[in-house]
Amino acid sequence: MAKYDKKRINELIEGTLEFYQLKEMMSSHKDPERFELYREVLQDRVSWDDPILLPYGLHLYIVQKANGDRIVKCDCGHEFCDYKENWKLHARIFVRDTEEKMNEIYPKLMSPDPEWQVIREYYCPNCAAQLEVEAVPPWYPIILDFEPDIDTFYKEWIKKPLPKA
Amino acid sequence: MAKTIKDHQQTKKAIGWDGKTLKQMRREMNDISKETGHYAGLRTLPFKETDPIRFEKIYSKLRGGVVHARETAKKVAASPIVEQEGELCFSLYTPEADSIVTSTGIIIHVGTMGAAIKFMIENDYEDNPGINDKDIFCNNDNHVGNVHTCDVHTLVPIFWEGEVVGWAGGVTHVIDTGASAPGSMPMGPVQRYDDGYQVTCRKIGQNDTLSKDWILESTRSVRAVKYWTLDEKTRIAGCHMIRDLVLDVIKEEGVDNYKQFIREIIEDGRRGFVNQVKTMLIPGKYRQASFVDIPFKDLDLPSFAKLNTIIHTPSEITVHKDAKLEIDFEGANRWGWHPFNATPVSITSGIWVMLSQTLVPNDRINDGAYYASKFGIPYGSWFNPDDIRSAHSNTWHALVAAWSPLWRGLSRAYFGRGYLEEVNAGNAHTSNWLMGGGYDQYGQLSAMNSFETSSCGVGASAVQDGISHSAALWNPEGDMGDMEIWELLEPLIFLGRQILPGSGGAGKYRGGNGWQSLRLGWGAKEWTMFVAGAGVMATDCGLMGGYPASSGYRFQANKTNIKERIAKGLPLPLGGDVDPDNPIYEDNMEAEVIHRDRQAVSTQEQFGDYDVIMNYLRGGPGFGDPLERNPKQVESDLNEKYILLRYAEQVYGCVFVEENGVYTVDLKATEEKRKEIRKQRLERSQPVKEWMQEERTKIMNEDASIQVRHMYAQSFALSEKFTDEFKDFWNIPEEWMIYEDDLGVPTLGAHINRFKQKK
Ligand SMILES: [Zn+2]
Repeated sequence: MAKYDKKRINELIEGTLEFYQLKEMMSSHKDPERFELYREVLQDRVSWDDPILLPYGLHLYIVQKANGDRIVKCDCGHEFCDYKENWKLHARIFVRDTEEKMNEIYPKLMSPDPEWQVIREYYCPNCAAQLEVEAVPPWYPIILDFEPDIDTFYKEWIKKPLPKA
Repeated sequence: MAKTIKDHQQTKKAIGWDGKTLKQMRREMNDISKETGHYAGLRTLPFKETDPIRFEKIYSKLRGGVVHARETAKKVAASPIVEQEGELCFSLYTPEADSIVTSTGIIIHVGTMGAAIKFMIENDYEDNPGINDKDIFCNNDNHVGNVHTCDVHTLVPIFWEGEVVGWAGGVTHVIDTGASAPGSMPMGPVQRYDDGYQVTCRKIGQNDTLSKDWILESTRSVRAVKYWTLDEKTRIAGCHMIRDLVLDVIKEEGVDNYKQFIREIIEDGRRGFVNQVKTMLIPGKYRQASFVDIPFKDLDLPSFAKLNTIIHTPSEITVHKDAKLEIDFEGANRWGWHPFNATPVSITSGIWVMLSQTLVPNDRINDGAYYASKFGIPYGSWFNPDDIRSAHSNTWHALVAAWSPLWRGLSRAYFGRGYLEEVNAGNAHTSNWLMGGGYDQYGQLSAMNSFETSSCGVGASAVQDGISHSAALWNPEGDMGDMEIWELLEPLIFLGRQILPGSGGAGKYRGGNGWQSLRLGWGAKEWTMFVAGAGVMATDCGLMGGYPASSGYRFQANKTNIKERIAKGLPLPLGGDVDPDNPIYEDNMEAEVIHRDRQAVSTQEQFGDYDVIMNYLRGGPGFGDPLERNPKQVESDLNEKYILLRYAEQVYGCVFVEENGVYTVDLKATEEKRKEIRKQRLERSQPVKEWMQEERTKIMNEDASIQVRHMYAQSFALSEKFTDEFKDFWNIPEEWMIYEDDLGVPTLGAHINRFKQKK
């Protein structure tokens, strides 16, 4: 069973590991302490103090607030909403629904045809990071990508106490 | 008293274990596994626990033997798809058709061959036509649970002292199975009767010998007879090697140990799967959707098939508290008159192909994993048609798109747990498939299907770019093949192969790029060609801020002046169509007909010497915001022609200095430009809730193209849940509805309709 230190996990997050190192990590049996290590490294990397319950996407975290709330929060500090809600509904959106807007990203003929499909870009209202991109036909309900069962995960799967604010 | 049929049947000795029929064994296995939650009711694994070394030894022998059978048997084949690309697979089953071990290769067929054996058991083949030692059976019937007609199965029962101890199954992807158009995944079929020669679990041989009537009929029913015949010999050889292997193991270990082993190894597979889910995932729900365009309105097809529509495949993965994995496709839309329909077995079996590359990356995958999971496959949908007339010849077109988002869903779990090295933004739509047939350059009636598709771009991960031009979801060991070999096999000369800039989705980590090859017709007679690619839609999203891979298009030129240009020594169109905004192929030839458009699916068109056709192999989706990509990597992408300059500037926000055609990134100016783009993002975007009001108005006014409305109408007609969620999300009144009947498009075969059922 593989075992890694915080430095290695930080390099993994940074994307600076060499391919042979990544390959080794892919081929080895997974290190059970990865989640705790990863969570601690990420906690050190953000500028705020709310304990991270679960990394939720690039830049996004579900964090524990002192009042008991669990909030989706951007690493820039912007707080979106309760973790049961879809954070995208609290983001800013730009929809590529014309050939011209598509052509900003893709060469001619290589983009979706807006009559069939649009591209929706969701940005953080504070730091403007592009957090998610959907390619869906017009009218498609905004997708709620992930609803984690955080309590079961901590209590029954990894058997660790939930971080407290 | 007169003898009843039942009495008569009982006088014949049953071929199952302990005097049971296979049908009884199948039912008992289902019941006890369901009741106990353990395969075959095995709460403990006594053999494995008391004698683990012997247990592993048997496993290694069987697994090694099955892999060896594949490697050896494939040398018999002549077909490049089988011999070069390795599109074959062997599997060993229990008497009641649960898979024990499987070879490498197209392992989707673990399930499809199992479905064929189950079909024989369910239809009392034990009584008629009888299942005897040394029989040979063949199946490729789509509606029995096959993927598509060209996947031909050979199935051989394995007997020990009068009892069936198992089945060996072999499958190859045959180049032509006599469909209405040539090739293994033809465009043109819109109903079962166009799909080609379908064999329904037929006994084709006895005493290890093929029947003459079978040999004659089958070889008169397909185009490329040589490939058909040698593929069949390949499959039989492999099955017989596996049969010998099993009999040797039984001789050595004893039949009772073998029987115990095959039960325990499947339960062990089930437990291993549950353990992987707990190790890698997070309990909860993961949602995603994929879309594939069906631009059939202007194709040369029967009137009822001529419409534009979209294949819609939403999926919801539930990782339950007890680590059971459930995947529900509720909301998927209707099957249709196109060759992209599928069967439930093919979509679920394909999920194992995917999972074996990500969640369970080991050789222990068997039907145990199936017993640890659950699928929701809506009846009447494109992967569970309620009509035997549905066509399936190019089902991969839709299946690849349906599976890719599942990978994206699982990646959210890997990301959450910190297994960043396992994250994958999704997979390329492995197209355009370049296909054709006629009399080849050797004067033989033949067909082709370019498996260059096995080397598309891979989706980006959370720590590195996707690998370019290297793999396919259905074949992780993709090999594009040597041009020189393809030119020997196909009447098409290469005018080049080139990486296509921008084909991989942009992102912090870029999706692997796709590429293009340009082919020139040479030496064939009465030859036709066509393509089957996703065209006007991206078949998957990006992940966490990355963009989807580029969608497709086609390029084809007929009746060109290339012959004259060669004679005069003039430049020719060569390599890829690297910037379709500024095309150059047309500068280097004239042609009576040029197709340069988004119609990436076409039907047979005459194709002669000096005609030109392009194959475009797609890239993979990207991961993360492109503005966060290391500028040095953008510089390298630009200099190595993985992206075009204007996209390096406007998508990645980089600024360059050029000298002698080499670009160097200006880091300071890049930082400023990226700041500026972020500012622009906030200026040109709007709050989502405000945008939703505008979109809602469009919905209320039914403002969308016919194909979009048709897609929703079909999903509404099949699923109350999808309808309710749609209306709830947009806050739309109860009376608003879009009905298929009101759209003025053909509705032949639209059976299940909850609106009509209500009336
Ligand atoms: Zn932010």
